[in-house]
Amino acid sequence: MRDTKVMAYRRENGRVGIRNHVVILPLDDLSNAACEAVANNIKGCKAIPHAYGRLQFGEDLRLFFRTMIGTGANPNVAAVVVIGIEPEWTNIIVDGIAETGKPVTGFSIERTGDIGTIAKASWKAMEYVQWASELSREACDLSDIWVSVKCGESDTTSGLASNPTVGNAIDKLVDMGAVCSFGETSEITGAEEVCRNRAATTEAGDAFMETFNEYNTFINDNKTDDLSGSQPTKGNIRGGLTTIEEKAYGNLQKIGRTSKYIGVLKPAEAPDGPGLWFMDTSSAAGEAVTLWAAAGFVAHFFPTGQGNIIGNPIEPVIKLSANPLTVETMSEHIDYDCSAILKGEMTLDQSGGNLLDMLVRTCNGRITAQEVLGHEEFILTKLYRSA
Amino acid sequence: MIQFLVHEKTDTVGVATVDIQAGETAEGLYMDTQDKVKVKSLDDIPLGHKVALKDHPVDGGVIKYGHDIGKVVAGIKTGEHVHIHNLKTRRW
Repeated sequence: MRDTKVMAYRRENGRVGIRNHVVILPLDDLSNAACEAVANNIKGCKAIPHAYGRLQFGEDLRLFFRTMIGTGANPNVAAVVVIGIEPEWTNIIVDGIAETGKPVTGFSIERTGDIGTIAKASWKAMEYVQWASELSREACDLSDIWVSVKCGESDTTSGLASNPTVGNAIDKLVDMGAVCSFGETSEITGAEEVCRNRAATTEAGDAFMETFNEYNTFINDNKTDDLSGSQPTKGNIRGGLTTIEEKAYGNLQKIGRTSKYIGVLKPAEAPDGPGLWFMDTSSAAGEAVTLWAAAGFVAHFFPTGQGNIIGNPIEPVIKLSANPLTVETMSEHIDYDCSAILKGEMTLDQSGGNLLDMLVRTCNGRITAQEVLGHEEFILTKLYRSA
Repeated sequence: MIQFLVHEKTDTVGVATVDIQAGETAEGLYMDTQDKVKVKSLDDIPLGHKVALKDHPVDGGVIKYGHDIGKVVAGIKTGEHVHIHNLKTRRW
């Protein structure tokens, strides 16, 4: 019988985190340098630099704020220092994160300069790091762990073994009452009717189709050829995947056999109850995992065929592969080798159980391959050009 | 030893789980029914790549996961390698 208790951090708002980061969060590109200087001064915190935050507007700006606030609010984060060029937008992020009840302070650079801001923010970061270092893990239910799933550099071994392994684990987690999410809107192309039929309600299925059609129209309006130059990717093709339809049916193996999604989330939108949720995301790994982290997900299952090496600064990415060549030549990137399925030496049910065991270990503190190797891809989704 | 797997009984291709050499009679397994199947490979089929289990005429479909995964653009004989040279998406 699997141990369904994990030792994790229960935050002020009741959510459960499996890491205890103190984050130095820049409002904008201009503030990256100050944030990185603070993270260099104060050991035990981390800056999360990014490229945007200036002159965004409309829905793109709303997504930006949702992503930044959500990142700071994620239960894997104990406390946050926000640095921005000016105070107003900085305070929007600070106030949003403060709703969780966790410690957060903002600093702005105008009328102080980088050096003075770095000094003040470093004092606050030091206070937060020492405070967070005394927080204790406590026994929490595995069902308190929000898990997102997305595959990358898939090949046919993904559809045969690593994606159905994730699907088996998701079925088990949803049965326990956990919150789980899948997405990759564009990579469901060819299997969209199958995906619609996996909705728990007609409303959820219709909401999925509306989201899918909107994305598909956008792709058709902007494509320069049949898109086979990027979907499937060159890595997919090398691994034996030929068409987007084949990739899509393989992709959907990640939601298992029995789970049905109960609703559709906007990018970076937090779900409001247990069950499986579809999120409208890009299929680019860095962008998609950043959106789930911002929605509050605390662990990610990432099956890969040819060997995508993605990570995230705050949401640990647990990587699995069934490709014997990948697990041999890129073993430092793989947390769980499920290639035994291809040899007929392990069932999908056993493999799904093994993946849950790896999730439990990760929750209890095992550092993932991605964390050890420093893969911290924090990639904002940008909907259109800035003003 | 199993050299390729087939997702479903209705599929018209199998997926090599080891490198298969041209001329070899490869042994496969249907994952849903656990039935065994053999095919004489006409091409080298690298691990992860697809081998045809039947003849596929031009403009027909290839079935995998029990579903159509694209349009045949060059005739495929049983045992041949199925990939971007003879199969294209119907989308985009």
